[in-house]
Parts: sequence; C-alpha cells; structure tokens
Amino acid sequence: MSEVNIIIDGVQISVPANTNVVDAARMAGIAIPVFCYHPRMKAVGMCRMCLVAVGTPRIDRETRQPVRDVEGKSVIAMMPKLQTACTTRVSEGMVVYTTTDEVKYAQNGVLEFLLTSHPLDCPVCDKGGECPLQNLTMEWGPAVSRFDYTDKVHFEKPIPLGDLIYLDRERCILCGRCVRFQDEIADDPVLGFDSRGRSWHIISKSDPPFDSKFSGNTTDICPVGALTSADFRFKARVWEVQSVPSICMLCPVGCNTTLDMRHNKLMRVMPRENAAVNDIWICDKGRFGHRFIESTDRLTTPLVRRDGALVPASWQEALGLVAEKFAAIQSAAGGAALGGLAGDHLANEDLFIFQRLFREVLNSNNLDYRTGTPGEPTPDDAGAQFGVGTGTNLMELGAGTTVLVVGPTRKKKHHSICCGCEPLRSGGASCLLPMPAQPNLTARQRGGCTIAPRRKSSLCAVCCGWCGTRSAARTCHSAPLVLPN
Amino acid sequence: MALTEHIIMRELEVPTIADFNVYLQHEGYTAWRKALAELAPGDIVKMVRDAGLRGRGGAGFPTGVKWGFLPKDVKPRYLLCNCDESEPGTFNNHQIIDRNPHQLIEGVIISAYAIESNTAYIYARGEFATAAHTLEQGIAQAYAAGLLGKNILGSGYDLDVYVHRGAGAYICGEETALMESLEGKIGQPRLKPPFPAVEGLYGKPTIINNVETLANVPRIVLKGVDWYRSFGTEKSPGTKVFSLCGHVNKPGNYELPFGLPLRELIYSPEYGGGMTDDRPVKIIVPGGASAPWLTGEQLDLTLDYEALAAAGSMLGSGGVIVLNDTVSAPHVAYKMDEFFKHESCGKCTPCREGTHWLVKVLHRMTEEGHAHPEDIPVLHSIYNQMAGNCFCLLGESAVMPIKSALALFPEEFERLLPAGMNGRTNGKHVIELQQA
Ligand SMILES: Cc1cc2nc3c(=O)[nH]c(=O)nc-3n(C[C@H](O)[C@H](O)[C@H](O)COP(=O)(O)O)c2cc1C
Ligand code: SF4
Ligand code: SF4
Ligand code: FES
Repeated sequence: MSEVNIIIDGVQISVPANTNVVDAARMAGIAIPVFCYHPRMKAVGMCRMCLVAVGTPRIDRETRQPVRDVEGKSVIAMMPKLQTACTTRVSEGMVVYTTTDEVKYAQNGVLEFLLTSHPLDCPVCDKGGECPLQNLTMEWGPAVSRFDYTDKVHFEKPIPLGDLIYLDRERCILCGRCVRFQDEIADDPVLGFDSRGRSWHIISKSDPPFDSKFSGNTTDICPVGALTSADFRFKARVWEVQSVPSICMLCPVGCNTTLDMRHNKLMRVMPRENAAVNDIWICDKGRFGHRFIESTDRLTTPLVRRDGALVPASWQEALGLVAEKFAAIQSAAGGAALGGLAGDHLANEDLFIFQRLFREVLNSNNLDYRTGTPGEPTPDDAGAQFGVGTGTNLMELGAGTTVLVVGPTRKKKHHSICCGCEPLRSGGASCLLPMPAQPNLTARQRGGCTIAPRRKSSLCAVCCGWCGTRSAARTCHSAPLVLPN
Repeated sequence: MALTEHIIMRELEVPTIADFNVYLQHEGYTAWRKALAELAPGDIVKMVRDAGLRGRGGAGFPTGVKWGFLPKDVKPRYLLCNCDESEPGTFNNHQIIDRNPHQLIEGVIISAYAIESNTAYIYARGEFATAAHTLEQGIAQAYAAGLLGKNILGSGYDLDVYVHRGAGAYICGEETALMESLEGKIGQPRLKPPFPAVEGLYGKPTIINNVETLANVPRIVLKGVDWYRSFGTEKSPGTKVFSLCGHVNKPGNYELPFGLPLRELIYSPEYGGGMTDDRPVKIIVPGGASAPWLTGEQLDLTLDYEALAAAGSMLGSGGVIVLNDTVSAPHVAYKMDEFFKHESCGKCTPCREGTHWLVKVLHRMTEEGHAHPEDIPVLHSIYNQMAGNCFCLLGESAVMPIKSALALFPEEFERLLPAGMNGRTNGKHVIELQQA
C-alpha cells in the first residue's frame, strides 16, 4: 500500500495511506486520547475526545498544484474546526497539532463533560486501576469538578444485561464500543441503544438477554466500569493480581490467555493478544469456564495405590513410581509395550512434550488422543488432514481462502475463529459456518450453509473425500452446501 | 410593500387552491407536463441553478448546485422531501401543505425527474398527522390523473412518492438522521463524508430538500429564470415564507421577497402589524432557535442570507421570533436550551452533556433563584467547550441562545447572582462556616 508523509506535532512520519490520524500519531509515538475509537472497529467519531487541529497543503484552484511560500514550502490551510482524529484519514502533506491551546481546551472540555455524568465511584468500581477514563483524566482532564454533585443523573445501579454481564448505566459514557463489538466482530447484534439525550442507554435486544458467546469481550473494551462480569465483580483489585500467561484448552483453537492470580487463586481469565490465533478476544467459555479449578471434587495431590487403597503421595514419590514402572516395562518388553493416551483438551505445547517423552525417551510410537468410534472419520481427522498446519496465521487468510468452521451452532458458536470470521470476510475470505437450520438466523450468520443436526461427522466425511479426490484442497468453495439428512 | 403575485402562498390569490381541480385550473401540473414534454432532467437542474434557488431548510445552500453533486450513472437515487419542521418558531411548511399541497407534490415530482430518481419520500414529523393525510390524498389524486406512477403521461418515466411519518424528533430533520429514521433505525446523524448526494438513503445517492425549497420548483420551471429572479436580491433571489411569532400583533406566515428590512416584517400592517402594546423590541431571533440573536437596534437589517450572516446571525429556517422588553434574556436562553437538551440525540459528548449542564445551571439561576457565584464563567465555559466540537449542528445550535444572551445582556445574568452572596450558593446547599 502506498505511503503518505505527514507531520504530527513537528514529527515527520510516513504512514500507509488510509491510516487514520489516531493510528498515525501512535506510530509517531504521540498519544491522542480516545474513547469511542477502537482499532479493531470502524471509527464513528462519537465521543469527540480525539479532537485535534488538522491542516492540509493549500492547492491552487487553477494549477491544481500546492501553493508554496517564498522558501518553497507548501502553505498549509488549517481546517476551520478541530477534527476528530479517529475519523480523519491521513493525506500527503497533512499537518496535525495535538497539543495546541485550542486542542487542549477541547479535550479537557470533553473530559469535563464526560465526568459531569459520571458517578466517580472509582473506589468501588472494578475497572479502577485499568480504566481509560481514569487514565485519560489524569493526563488530559480537569483537576477539579465544577459540576454540582447534587445534579448528577441517577440510574438504578448495576442491572443484569444478561446472565454474565452487568451494566451500570451511571458509569456508561455511551461510546458504543460494546454495541459495535457485537455488530462488527461477534456478528451477534444483540446490543443496542434506547431513548435519547442524557437518557440514551445500552439495552439488550435478544431473548434471552445478551445472548452471545463472546459477551465477556465487551467488558475488556468498555473504557469505564459500566460493563462488569458476574464472574469477576468485586473479586479483586486489578493491581493486586499477578498475570500468568497461558493457553485456553477448552477448544482446538487454543486462544492465548492470561490467568490473573491473587494469592495463588485464579481470579479471572483474560485474552492475551496473539495476532495469529485469537487477536485480542476470547469466548465466554474460555473466559468464564474456569470455576472447576476450585472444585472440591478435584484431586489436589497425587494418589498412589498401596495395599489396594489409594493414599496421598508427594509428586516426587508419584512421578518416581511412574518412571520406575515405565523403565521396568521398557526393559522387559521394549518401548512398543508402552502407549500414551493424551487428553484432547491439552495444549499443543503439552502434547509436544508428551510425544517427545514417548518417542524419544520411552521409544514408543503408540500415541493417540482421539475420541469417537474407530473407523469413523471425526472432525479431528479432518483437522489432521486438511486443517491448519504449523505457521498458519488465521488472521491473515484473505481473498481466495475458504474457511469451513465445522460444528458451530448459534448457541455453541464457541470458537474464537467465529469471532475472527468478520475480519476474515472483510479480508476477502469466504467463511462457511454450516449449522443446523435454525429460525432467526440470517443467511450470513449461517455462512450460507445448513446441515442436518448431528451430521457434522458426515459433513466431514464428505469434505475429506471431496478434498482427497482433488489435490487442490484449498480451492474456493463458497456455494451453499446443503447435505441431505 | 406586499407582493402582488405570490410564488408559494398562492392561496392568497386563489383561496381554494388546495383543491386538486382548482389547482389544475390555475396552471396546476402544467410545469410537470412542460418538463416531461420539453425538458431533459439536466435542463431542469440548470434552470434551478440559474434561478439561484437556495435551500429553505436552514443552510441556504444553492439547490441546483446540490443536485449537481450526484455521481453520474449510479442508480437508484432517491429524493427526500424534508417536512420534519421542528425548529422552534418555524411553521411555514405545515401551512404550505395545508393550503397549497399540490404545488409541493408537483415540486417533488419535477425534482425527482430532474435528478433521475424513481422514488421520492416525503418525511413528515410525527405530529403532522393532518398534513400527512392531506399529502396522501393529494398524491392519490395525482396517481389517479396519471401524473404519478408507471409510464407517466406516456413518457416512459416512472415515479412513486411515499409519505412517511416520523415519531416526533427534532434531530430527524437533520438530513442523515432523517435517512436513518426512514430506514427504520434510531434517528441519529451519520458521519459525513460520505455526503448524502454520494451515499444517502440505503447507501444510494440521495437529494434532500426542504418543503418550501421544492414548492418553488414548479414556478421556476413554468415561469422561467428571469421571472423568478425578478423577486428578491441578486444573491438571494425569490421569496421566502417567514414565520413571524412572539410579541407582534399579527403573528403568522408572510411571504416576502428577500431583501426587505426586518422592520417592515414586524411593523407593516400587511405583516406583523407592530408590537403588542407598542412595547419596544428587545430580542429578535431571525432564523429559528438555532440563529444567533439580534436586538431592537437592528431593525434595519434586511432579510436575506447575506445581510443576516454579515450581522453575525443567519436567516436559517425563516422563523422570526420577536420578543419585547418584558422578557428576561436568561429565561429565554433557558427555554431555548431546554428545547435543545430535550432534543439532543445523545450520540456525541459535548451536546449530550453540555446541553444537560447548561440547562441545570440556567434552571437554578432563572427558576430556582439560587445561582452559584461562579455560574457565569461556568456558562461561558460550557458553550465554548461545545462550540465547534459537536457531531452535528444540533449541538452547535444549542450554543447560540446562551452565547447570545450572555453577550447581549450580561447584566441580566449578573443580577441573578444575589448581592452579598458569600457561600458557594445562596440557598439550598449552604453550610456556613463558624468563625472562630
Ligand atoms: C438539528 C437539525 C434539524 C433540522 N431540521 C430541519 C427541518 O425540520 N426541515 C428542513 O427542511 N431542514 C432541517 N434541517 C436541515 C437539513 O439537514 C437539510 O440541510 C435540509 O433539509 C436541506 O434542504 P434544503 O437544501 O432545501 O435547505 C435540520 C438540520 C439540523 C442540523
Ligand atoms: S457500556 Fe461501556 S462500552 Fe458500552 S457504551 Fe457504555 S461505556 Fe461504552
Ligand atoms: S475459542 Fe474459546 S474455548 Fe476455544 S480456545 Fe478460544 S477461548 Fe478457549
Ligand atoms: S475517539 Fe474519536 S470521536 Fe471518539
């Protein structure tokens, strides 16, 4: 893509054409404050936080050439009003000022306005400590409040937006990010706005309310504590937690996560950015499906059978015993007498270590992980034969690729891949999400396909066969695919 | 001097012109027949441009120029007639539909033909139930006479016109909010660009014009550019239906050629007939509540786009509100900003929060009588923080009443701060500190 040269606060930088001024400034190391803008979604210019002064080279009407001053520099015509940087695209020779008195006055003004309707209940707000409103107020906002506290707008304190997410309408700054995330990224347009003016507020439009498998992501991108999860509310202050990088093992995508631990207890699961897998999102199963860790039914220490009864043992003792037995079998009957069955929820990294242990240390090639009936092709086989290989970057699949997501349903659309489908589609890929026919699904949500319930194995068999007979397994196949019952 | 021939308010010459047959007898739909028989769409666009017709919806943008912005060969295109008429002090669109509806319908038809559109919508505000009914009847008559529908008068040109009623929101008069509303969405303005002429209703090229603007078109087409330009001034040709209200003896709609002084509109026996009880003029809001205020000193200003703009105000919608010396400027500002606060759609921060705060402060000053000492500087900050920073012009308009009132009548605000006030407030929330 072609590059254009612009100057932001005196810093000359060349950025791809089409970049907006917020992103361009970021590339130049200059922060422009934003609330409604989110780099993954279309800019809407609603919050007015990113106002900056913008000028472009004056063009001579007749010659269509830039007008130059005596020194030969092009004359800059400043736009009469401040512009929202998020909605302004860069153009050749553009000049941007982000710190003039006028800009500071406007930015300070927008923050003061936002705070007039904000309850300022930071001490009891879960967002405190990681709140863009707090942070931007420190940097760009007013130090004192001129708004009479008794004039604040009041709403009923948090109301459930759905089972998992609470909405505090007093805290909401009406940036619309949550609504747009559901429309543009999750492709579950279940949130909306109601009423107008200062009474404008977020509502759920679905029944059951906030019916989306990606709802937790809205709590991450909400720039205030208006959206909080039932799971993490009042569990911990964010500065008390230690973040441990991890991988989600609840489905084959393997989204990157962080586990936020307080006193070695898991407080919440957060997405960890990985452009090749899950970008910055995770699904609700991955985010909220972790309470089993604290289940009292779980084994917390290894058990070793002694005299017919299982008794608690130390890890060293237990692993020592396993190693001893493996060694004994191996020396008696060879590695082939050993086999390893790995759980299919393990991460790639774990499986890698597991197979090395068997292949390299124990000299056994007897490894398996599959569920299902022997002989019947399973979705896992399809994955093994035609699925993504090493080095595949899901987010980079563009024009000419077809992505077949097998087995999602409206209720169980559990792959973050589905979340990625919108970006993939906008990149030119065709995404097929064959789902059992369901009412109230748009053709696009179905990905143009319908399959009979519980026939995903048959679908895979057909696909495997079809791909197998053509070496061009990556050929585009975007026509609606309907399988007989 | 009153017009001897009206362009819009032709009911003054032909009282029953609202009747379809009477309209037909008085050159009704002749312009449309002429256009179909003799004029190509481009000819009409050129005529309207040469006549210098300017949009009556508020901005005064040259209509023919706007029509010329349509990208070539992109179809379908839509024509929208903006009949949301919600600007305080403005009530001429409603009367045009009431008294001369077929001239508007003919204007819509000819304009749709001029921009090569086969579908036109008239968007009427929710409260305009009778006007919408009148239009629907008139449109049905035009269909029945073969002036609308498929293959109109054997020309091969098809046109359908629909009337759509909004739900009563001022913001739906803003062109892009109107499109959202027409598409069945929440009425809020869209980001521009893309401008409606390029991507409007349903993402298609769209022209939107005010009722009065379109009602001018049949007369321009029938009587010609020179005839039209014989009214008004060089830069503001034609006439304007001014809605006059406030402390005048005869409030109402009056059609004047552009360029007559405000004094004539207010004092001429043919128009306003003077001020009630002969009291002096204090405030004139010349273009609906969105226009910056003028005072009684400025009665010699002429009513045309240029003169009012030069005086720092605007002709706007032509709703002229005249107030006498009995009114309190802060109170007028409060009432007007209360309107903008009520109508703010909520999409952008400065308008949503700014109007809310303005009204809180003005309310406690004017209605509750307990201003805070710092309220005047706070009012100045609020409108300054809004001005130029809002998403659409509604928020920018809300700046005008308070800014005008503070600039023209600062002493009236100071008087609301009671003397000797030494606490943060003079009433409700005071806790006096005991001196040791
Ligand atoms: C808040 C707001 C309300 C408006 N309301 C109206 C209205 O009621 N009627 C109208 O014709 N134009 C209204 N306008 C102006 C329209 O956006 C648009 O400019 C106009 O309809 C164009 O028609 P014209 O070129 O014939 O003037 C409004 C604009 C704003 C910002
Ligand atoms: S809930 Fe949060 S993300 Fe949604 S509009 Fe309000 S502040 Fe924005
Ligand atoms: S899609 Fe959901 S369950 Fe699967 S790995 Fe990602 S977060 Fe986990
Ligand atoms: S970030 Fe640009 S307007 Fe909100």
